[in-house]
Amino acid sequence: MINLVWLIPLFPLIGFLINGLGRSFLPKGAVGFIGSLTVFLSFAVSLGIFFELNGSVTKSFTIQLFDWIQVGNLSIPFSFQVDPLSSLMLLIVTGIGFLIHVYSIGYMHHDTGFAKFFSYLNLFVFFMLLLVLGSNYVVMFIGWEGVGLCSYLLIGFWFSNPAYASAAKKAFVMNRIGDLGFLIAIFLIFNTFNSVEFAKVFPQAASLTAGSDVITLITILLFVGATGKSAQIPLFTWLPDAMAGPTPVSALIHAATMVTAGIYMIARSNILFTLAPFTLDIIAVVGLATAILAALIAITQTDIKKVLAYSTVSQLGYMFLGLGVGAYTGAFFHVITHAFFKALLFLGAGSVIHAVSNEQDMRSMGGLKSKLPVTFYTMLMGTIAISGLPPFSGFFSKDEILAHAYEHSKLLWLIGVIGAMFTAFYMFRMLFLTFFGKFRGTTEQQAHLHESPASMTFPLIVLAVLSIIGGFIGVPEALHGNHWLAGFLEPVFSASEQRTGASHLDHSTEYILMTVSVIAAVVASFIAYLRYARNNHVPVPDTAERTAFANVSYNKFYIDEIYDALITKPLNILSGFFYRIVDKTFIDGFVNGLGRATAEAGKGLRLLQTGNIGFYIFIMIAGIVALLVYGFYNI
Amino acid sequence: MEILLLIFLPLAGAIIVSLFGKHQQAKTAAFIWSLLSLGFTGYLLDGFDPAAGTQFTVDFPWLLSLGSRFNAGIDGISMLLVLLTNALVPLIILASFSHNYKSPGAFYGLILFMQSGLLLVFTALDAFLFYVGWEIALIPIYFICAIWGGSNRIKVNIKFFIYTFAGSLIMLLGIIYMAQQTPDKTFDLLGFYQLSLSTSEQSWVFLAFFMAFAIKMPIFPFHTWQPDTYTESPTAGTMLLSGIMLKMGTYGAIRWLIPVAPLGFAQWGQTALTLAVIGIVYASLIAFTQKDIKRLVAYSSIAHVGLIAAGIFVWNLQGLQGAMIQMLNHGLNVFGLFFVLDIIIRRLGTRDMDKMGGIAKMAPKFSITFLIILLGTVALPLTNGFIGEFLLLMGLYNYNIWASAIAGLTIILGAVYMLRMYQRIMFGPSADNTLTFADIAGTEKVVLFVVCALILFIGVYPKPLLAISETSTRELIDFVNGKIAGGSPTNY
Amino acid sequence: MEAVTQSIQGVPLNHYILLSAIIFSIGVMGVLIRRNAIIIFMSIELMLNAVNLLFTAFSAHRGDAAGQVFVFFVMALAAAEVAIGLAIIVMIYRNTNSTDINVLNRLKW
Repeated sequence: MINLVWLIPLFPLIGFLINGLGRSFLPKGAVGFIGSLTVFLSFAVSLGIFFELNGSVTKSFTIQLFDWIQVGNLSIPFSFQVDPLSSLMLLIVTGIGFLIHVYSIGYMHHDTGFAKFFSYLNLFVFFMLLLVLGSNYVVMFIGWEGVGLCSYLLIGFWFSNPAYASAAKKAFVMNRIGDLGFLIAIFLIFNTFNSVEFAKVFPQAASLTAGSDVITLITILLFVGATGKSAQIPLFTWLPDAMAGPTPVSALIHAATMVTAGIYMIARSNILFTLAPFTLDIIAVVGLATAILAALIAITQTDIKKVLAYSTVSQLGYMFLGLGVGAYTGAFFHVITHAFFKALLFLGAGSVIHAVSNEQDMRSMGGLKSKLPVTFYTMLMGTIAISGLPPFSGFFSKDEILAHAYEHSKLLWLIGVIGAMFTAFYMFRMLFLTFFGKFRGTTEQQAHLHESPASMTFPLIVLAVLSIIGGFIGVPEALHGNHWLAGFLEPVFSASEQRTGASHLDHSTEYILMTVSVIAAVVASFIAYLRYARNNHVPVPDTAERTAFANVSYNKFYIDEIYDALITKPLNILSGFFYRIVDKTFIDGFVNGLGRATAEAGKGLRLLQTGNIGFYIFIMIAGIVALLVYGFYNI
Repeated sequence: MEILLLIFLPLAGAIIVSLFGKHQQAKTAAFIWSLLSLGFTGYLLDGFDPAAGTQFTVDFPWLLSLGSRFNAGIDGISMLLVLLTNALVPLIILASFSHNYKSPGAFYGLILFMQSGLLLVFTALDAFLFYVGWEIALIPIYFICAIWGGSNRIKVNIKFFIYTFAGSLIMLLGIIYMAQQTPDKTFDLLGFYQLSLSTSEQSWVFLAFFMAFAIKMPIFPFHTWQPDTYTESPTAGTMLLSGIMLKMGTYGAIRWLIPVAPLGFAQWGQTALTLAVIGIVYASLIAFTQKDIKRLVAYSSIAHVGLIAAGIFVWNLQGLQGAMIQMLNHGLNVFGLFFVLDIIIRRLGTRDMDKMGGIAKMAPKFSITFLIILLGTVALPLTNGFIGEFLLLMGLYNYNIWASAIAGLTIILGAVYMLRMYQRIMFGPSADNTLTFADIAGTEKVVLFVVCALILFIGVYPKPLLAISETSTRELIDFVNGKIAGGSPTNY
Repeated sequence: MEAVTQSIQGVPLNHYILLSAIIFSIGVMGVLIRRNAIIIFMSIELMLNAVNLLFTAFSAHRGDAAGQVFVFFVMALAAAEVAIGLAIIVMIYRNTNSTDINVLNRLKW
């Protein structure tokens, strides 16, 4: 089965080709079926591989397809690696990918670009699978940039709207900034280890001393790549804008899979990062700062998708915090559970948006509980899960990260818990604003309210179940679990763990930590309940006065404006300066000046030709005399 | 003898095609004839052994009184460029099918004539012959641009001609000087390679050759003829200039500049590299705010060629192999881009991107092919551009991490200006003039599909192309490094 | 012939050179200063004859006939030149009613 791993990316590629080439004549039913089926087939193969790997003694397989780039001692094969980490990621990508394909059949039904949408979605899955499966950094980089492309295409799916097209461009460019860091890291890795294959780099790295400059530089550059893809400070502003894309895209790409690629990549290279404590500290701080900043922004947003987008940024921050404190398993655990509940929440939001005729502003929603029961209850599960209430999945993963953070530094833990409070608050705020109280939209919208079709509710239900029980793959020992996930991923992280040592929090401390975070979440959700459900508070319209903090938060800390003033504008001015002053005036002026100087010199010299014969003769004789004198003195 | 056929086949075609005079069938004839050349190149490629050095050589007395022989041959480096030339010329001719140029016989005759000159440049092993080819290629492109170009064509083309010609003359000085130094006063390339001149002599020779190549590529700050010329030329002329002709400069740097004056290279290589890297960022930044789409692509071409030049001047295997394959890729991509722009300009009658928008809705096939070409240009993995830029940046990295980081900015900046252009042209609401934009059809479709297929194919499976030039580049690098290290001239 | 040669040799060579130089200089000055085309023409003849004189003097002193041969050449050429030159001057006079060379300055710039 493992030898057939190339089938996994091949199926979506075939789906992409069929839907892409046949988009003008294939019926919508066929398009949706092909698109979903191909991803399902990949999921089936992934499942097979997962079980085979689970039962196998060898935990890492490399399958080489063909030689890709071969120059001198640089040899980059196109090859795949199957190990516990990639097999789990495969399941997430294909499994959730499949559910979202099914959901899209219903969600995109009325769209004229239906086939285009499915072909792009399939292409995304293809690239994401390359990213996951690549057995070296360069193949990973193919997927890495490929998913960026698909993200670009799908954010700009409704490209007639200039704002959406700009959001797409912004996402691509910001990703590219990170990608340059990744690319240079690849060069550095090749120069240091003479290979870019994981299987060759990591064993060599394991023998190096911790904290060497090269490793620190490599890891910082890799992290720069990760900040672009996974929307961390300073490159996070593209993700909220990316909500311009259709909602299934937000769920698949901008919540469940692509944005976690940065975490996947760091987890994959964990040994390198373990050897660079300095980088780990940076990661922890950046991750936590992003988590808090995004949470602060999320609490005042009124666009339902923007709330979820900032929540995603914030949760990604938690994952990076986990990586930074060495909780690789915890971070990846959070990737998994986050994929479940955030995909669920986005799809639920999509279902709501679908029901209220493409309205996204929560100020025009409310009271949808009775009209959309399935959506409500599934989203409730998702909200509880993300808020970290036991025994839902988010509790276990977030708690594992926070516990490691506590071990690392109590301050990190404290800020993390405060961030978790914010999370619970804004998520319940969103839930109450949407589903409780009275409907605040137009009567037309009210008349149109309906529960979504089965193709949309089915994925919601499946994801809700996963959000509830997903955490049980990683129940910690303190709660009498055996943490199956940690055991399964042990081969991937063992080298790092040997260096850092296992966790040594005693169980009573863990209990206290858990209790504190649960109480924090409960309190926060209760405040949200009081404010938005019982008192029916509705956020003020855009024109109204806000308090200073609310204003800053609502305007996203003016970060886009700051970037615009600090980077975009100066570059544009510089561009104009280079073009008009340096290029046209200075360099071209010099070139043209040479030409003009020649012409001017000619103009001056021609005056010598007066037409006066006497003058000519005089010059001639003077010349002869000069020659004579010259000859006289030289001979 | 194959070389003679290769070089003179297009020339014969030029004569035949020019007989068509004012009949539009000239384009068909020219196309068929260029396919002959392409087919013959395929035959050569089939018999070509990458490991065997220079092949298919011809060597017979030509201008003996001058010391010049008709000496030409093909090694891996030449092979790739011959392939580029003979593959791109049919595409360029096909791409111009929608135009009805006046006096097509002359127009297409000149294109084929130029092809001969280019092939001569890429195969010549005698400096005098090389120079002859160098100028032969210049004359037809001057007439193509000056007769069939835009409104400002005369002024712009005089500048182009004089600028490049001045560079060539300086190179001619260098060639003559080198020939005078050889024992029996010949222009033989290998004779040049065997010489061991002093460092200062080699520096002067290096600078003399460098002027010609730097202007032709063009490298910052010798580039100012280029945007104007690209903008004012007829599309076929722009394609010839950017797709093939500027590779004369990069090819010259590999074959005639660095190995001929290795010590001069040791002296000045870093300066040249710095100029190339500055040019990358500089031209990219200028491309940021261009409104004229042809000018934008012209500046982007300066940036991309700057990267190729930088890869050459670091003079290591990755850089040079990257430069080789990127010459091919750049030719293909820039041809595709200019063709796409040609389609847009022809249908909308403007080059100002502010007057465009919403074409993607009207022309989905066009928008996809445009996007693929664009992605090739911004070096997305699995397109051809990535292979080239990856190797080039890696070569630069092996030289200096900062050079690589600064040159790598092209990855970001390129994405910015290219996507900005794509967005302005293709996305957004439709303008009045784009509402009736017709999707590609006929020859347009054929050309764009071929280009896209090649872009993806090279991106996925570049190995055969890389293999063609690898032995030659490695030998050349070893040879030059040996000479710089101070050894007596080794056999080459 | 012998007698002529001897009588020429009777005068020292320096005198001939001096005389020729003076005549030649007069010719040059004439060409430079005068504006009448015909007088310039005559001055040129003067220069030619100064050279002729020198040729013959050297020829006699050195006993080499080549100098005299050159003199014949010069005379023949001078004759041809006068034929054409005068014709040109006549044409100029007909067109401009003047033989002043300063009037003939149209061939410039």
